[in-house]
Amino acid sequence: MIDDRTGQWETVIGLEVHAQVVSKAKLFSGAATEFGAEPNTQVSPVDAAFPGMLPVINRCCVEQAVKTGLGLDAEIRLASVFERKNYFYPDLPPGYQISQYQQPVVGPGRLVLDMPDGTSREIGITRLHLEQDAGKSLHDQHPSLTYVDLNRAGVALMEIVSEPDLRSAEEAAIYLRKLRSILRYLGTCDGNMEEGSLRCDCNVSVRRAGEPYGTRCEIKNLNSIRYVMQAIEYEARRQIEVLEEGGTIEQQTRLFDAGRGVTRPMRSKEEAHDYRYFPDPDLLPLTLDPQWIAGLRAELPELPDAKKARFVLEHGLSRDDAAVLVAERETALFFEQVAEGRDTKLAANWVMGDLFGALNRLGVGIEQSPVTAAQLGGLLDLIADGTISGRLAKEVFAEMVATGADPGEIVEVKGLRQVTDSSAIEAAIDAVLAAQAEKVAEYRAGRDKLYGFFVGQIMRATHGKANPRLVNQLLRKKLTA
Amino acid sequence: MSDSALLALTLAEARDGLLHKSFSARELAAAYNKAVEEAEPLNAYITPTPERALEMADAADQRLARGEALPLDGIPIAVKDLYCTKGVLTTAASHILDGFRPPYESTVSEKLWQSGAVMLGKTNLDEFAMGSSSTTGYYGAVENPWRLSGDNRPLVPGGSSGGSAAAVAARAALAATGTDTGGSIRQPASFCGIVGLKPTYGRCSRWGVVAYASSLDHPGPMTRTVRDAAIMLRAMSGHDPRDATSAPVPVPDYEAALTGDIRGLRVGIPQEYRADGIPAEIEALWQQGADWLRAAGAELVEISLPTIKYALPTYYIIAPAEASSNLARYDGVRFGLRVEGNSLDEMYELTRAAGFGAEVRRRVLIGTYVLSAGYYNAYYLKAQRVRALMIRDFATAFEKVDCILAPTAPSAAFAIGEKTEDPIAMYLNDVFTVPANLAGVPAISVPAGLSADGLPLGLQIMGRAFDEETVLRVAGVLENAARFRHLPSFVAGCGQ
Repeated sequence: MIDDRTGQWETVIGLEVHAQVVSKAKLFSGAATEFGAEPNTQVSPVDAAFPGMLPVINRCCVEQAVKTGLGLDAEIRLASVFERKNYFYPDLPPGYQISQYQQPVVGPGRLVLDMPDGTSREIGITRLHLEQDAGKSLHDQHPSLTYVDLNRAGVALMEIVSEPDLRSAEEAAIYLRKLRSILRYLGTCDGNMEEGSLRCDCNVSVRRAGEPYGTRCEIKNLNSIRYVMQAIEYEARRQIEVLEEGGTIEQQTRLFDAGRGVTRPMRSKEEAHDYRYFPDPDLLPLTLDPQWIAGLRAELPELPDAKKARFVLEHGLSRDDAAVLVAERETALFFEQVAEGRDTKLAANWVMGDLFGALNRLGVGIEQSPVTAAQLGGLLDLIADGTISGRLAKEVFAEMVATGADPGEIVEVKGLRQVTDSSAIEAAIDAVLAAQAEKVAEYRAGRDKLYGFFVGQIMRATHGKANPRLVNQLLRKKLTA
Repeated sequence: MSDSALLALTLAEARDGLLHKSFSARELAAAYNKAVEEAEPLNAYITPTPERALEMADAADQRLARGEALPLDGIPIAVKDLYCTKGVLTTAASHILDGFRPPYESTVSEKLWQSGAVMLGKTNLDEFAMGSSSTTGYYGAVENPWRLSGDNRPLVPGGSSGGSAAAVAARAALAATGTDTGGSIRQPASFCGIVGLKPTYGRCSRWGVVAYASSLDHPGPMTRTVRDAAIMLRAMSGHDPRDATSAPVPVPDYEAALTGDIRGLRVGIPQEYRADGIPAEIEALWQQGADWLRAAGAELVEISLPTIKYALPTYYIIAPAEASSNLARYDGVRFGLRVEGNSLDEMYELTRAAGFGAEVRRRVLIGTYVLSAGYYNAYYLKAQRVRALMIRDFATAFEKVDCILAPTAPSAAFAIGEKTEDPIAMYLNDVFTVPANLAGVPAISVPAGLSADGLPLGLQIMGRAFDEETVLRVAGVLENAARFRHLPSFVAGCGQ
């Protein structure tokens, strides 16, 4: 809700996400899809729309779309149709984009958002369909000419359309993060917004509470969650201002100017293209075998919501901790490997505390972590079997981050092994108590607080290696003797 | 053997002669290269490839000498210039493809070369295969080698595969490839007195064939005899994973289907073909054809294809709709003609205005219109529904009959320029051929007689999907009965 001069306004948002399908080849040609290749090196005659060239559907892309549909708890359609969306542009070689229009491969589904207040909210997914990406027009390479790079032309995209169920920029951001997380879990889209693998169109309208939906504007092609939030916030404000001035909202397609943080009109409804959609006669309707779909469903990986529930139930983690650990597939896998057969709460604390801290300082993701899950697990084992104390473990971990070495090796090389020999500890205690005879007398006279001082002195004398439990045990005995 | 004797051979005879070393592939190719030159006034070829013909013939001779002959080894054929041929100018008879040399070979032509066939050149056609006269192309009109008796006006060879038809009829090719979207193989075959076969949709790959209307385009052979069509079809057919509409079905030995025995076969006579008052001589020929088949032991059955009266309007919605989209790629950006403009839109407009001829522009406009918002349901969607009904009509008919006999075209060849001012009159040429394209069923035209003024007329056999064997067998019987031995006014190698 946005409060303004004339009362409360509600922002209504629906998102259309274009997610690039993880696939070696394009949707209808065998050309490669690798990001960052030299311009026009990943183009087949099909992608360049040479005469007589025909599209053939890539089975892998269909599989990815179906998996994504299953991950969104959506209806998988056994028959769907590819249509041609006709318009002229130099980065669209055939003069039409092959897309699914009236009969998409995936029908209604849903996505559950974890809200900051601990509640969940379900957002409807209207549909998911497969379509081709266009090439790229480069307007900045020459003062008067436009260059065209067709590497991206024909790459498979999934367009994932939400219902207008989102109510704020923050919700839109939570939705996008959750969707990206699911796509990454499924391995169907790498979710890399910087490389354009995930792009978003936002449909934004405003209304007063309880009123029907207002006229919407579509903001095209946003490539970061931050921009999505800024664009929605700006656009909602703009619409409210227009309405409060007594104006009306014109249905428009708008562009977001990231530099100025504003949206600007691109074209109005009247200027909208007539895309002349019709079923692509080069392609037969796509029909799927229910058995094949069942097979994909059976092989679906555990998704974040299920994983989170399991972490709470099996590992006794708090909902918040579980939510943090499952947000990224790599983090969850890392954690599970560390926790396997170990104290899971300790594992969670180490992953979320020391490891995340180290990764933050290094500015890298968990995929580039200098400490492997096996190494961190090894460190936890050294704590568990008493080889090192928890305090020393921090020191060992810092060394692991710096060198990438195994914890056992660091402990040996640096001589950090905990002293568990009671006679050695006893000797240290005796030495400390002898040196501090005055304080011992004070303690015995009732100054209990001095106990901690003695422990500190003993640990210092043993360079921190004395087993704290043994120190306690022996010290009490000696002080009460 | 003399050149004229070589040129008079059918494909089957030439194949046998090559196998028996009666002559070499090089001799045959040389004779045909000369015939192509001699036939130049017909304008049947856009690009002859005589050197390539000799090279391919030499390779065939080597295989023949080693006793490793391929099915079409040394057979000189022409390729409609709608098929992309690697490194050889491919024009679709359009200015807009200026200088286009494909970096790939169409599946069907590739299959022919792999069968040992020898390439004579690329034949002329209506621009982008849009037409029934082979007069709309950028490279000028094709002339029919036939003339009216006592009248020397040049006639059209029909279209759009008019260059292929004229070349085969004039003995400037032993056989040729054509494409048939609404009759473009069968109608010119009828006009030129040769055999033209449109196979089942999906039988011959469309990969590498410049698209006119994807759901209606059928590559197929054009030959002098039914047997030659059977031989060519076998080489041209087969599943192609690069064409999603290509059918994964086995290819039979079509020549073996030519048993001449049609006893007990049921042949349908569709009453609707009579409806529009067809010329008496066409009707008489059709009756004659029915009598021949009955005499050979077939049973004639009156059938009804009720929706066929809507075939032509249905075709002239669906074909232009697909064409308007298929031809969007000719935009001056990547290949062919570009006319520079002051803006992107101006470049598009100038390029396409200069690159496309009147008929192509007409169909692109019609197609754009019928797909437009607000008109889609009334035109395109309705046409698709009619098409679905028509497919059902054919299916119902084929429960009762094994094939259907009909005339190929409503007239014989007409003079060049005669119908160009009236597109509707031109479109009516396709009235008998279009139904088989909409239904996707195989259909063949066989020369069956001469018109009163001495021009060839064809009869058409349509069959069940993927049953080209029955179609060819019946066509063979018709061919034997008709004994069509007439020659056109112009025949290469006859010293005229």
